[in-house]
Amino acid sequence: MCHQTVSLVARHLEAEGIPTVILGSARDIVELAGVPRFVFTDYPLGNPTGKPDDIEDQQSILDLGLAVLEGAIAPRTTVQSPNIWSESEQWRADFMHVGPDNIEALRAAGEARRAAQETS
Amino acid sequence: MTAANADTAHRTFVSYIDKSREYYEASGYDRPYRWAHHNDVPFARLDRPLAESTVAVVTTSFIFNPATDDGDDGGLMVRADKEVYAAPSSPTPERMFTMDLSWDKGATHTDDVGSFLPLDALGRAAEAGRIGAVAPRYFGVPTQYSQRRSGLDAEVIAGWCRDDGVDAVVLVPL
Repeated sequence: MCHQTVSLVARHLEAEGIPTVILGSARDIVELAGVPRFVFTDYPLGNPTGKPDDIEDQQSILDLGLAVLEGAIAPRTTVQSPNIWSESEQWRADFMHVGPDNIEALRAAGEARRAAQETS
Repeated sequence: MTAANADTAHRTFVSYIDKSREYYEASGYDRPYRWAHHNDVPFARLDRPLAESTVAVVTTSFIFNPATDDGDDGGLMVRADKEVYAAPSSPTPERMFTMDLSWDKGATHTDDVGSFLPLDALGRAAEAGRIGAVAPRYFGVPTQYSQRRSGLDAEVIAGWCRDDGVDAVVLVPL
């Protein structure tokens, strides 16, 4: 949802004549919204400007963002940074996981949340 | 380094639209969220060289309040009073409030603000002459389901950008 909010703000700023670049990690949400310039870093959500405590990684993403800000020739410019989160791909499957191991727990938690909202 | 075990029979990047729809459907929510979608995209160009431009940052993180924001409860903390804000770009805040946002709390953390709020990196770009200056303030915007409310927040930020002589903006969602 953060990615959508920021995409809408970027669109508004551009319409007001202020150029923008988004540095983010949810490619589908940003591209669906439609933005002028986007640097996609294929990391878990939370560190779109680089790995924690890795200044070199962080600077490389910001610098790429500045290059895209300066050099994009048309809207919907997406540039993917070459940075890789880890050798393991497991984080992709783990985030918002739905499977036989947790589907009952998810349903029960959702019911409890709706019941709490109805009584509040 | 390569991600050696990528399953290239599928697209490699995560579809958060698919993931969240399936997750909330499994949680018993039967009306999927309708994401913003536009075919037309505005496009503004820099008025002056980047090396002479003042650049601002927009974040979805919020100013950390140690009185209320300490603790790690896995994202259950909710702030009902979040409003669009402006804060000084220097000194860089040591910590930001992010726990109510939907980032991947299983895979990473947000203890280093440089991983999502690039004020120090932008400062280094200014020192190197790559940009003219870091804008005096950065701006925070609440994450909204309401696309209309995000539009209203954007109008406020555009006004602040004009006040601060901002030439370009780097936006960073969590």
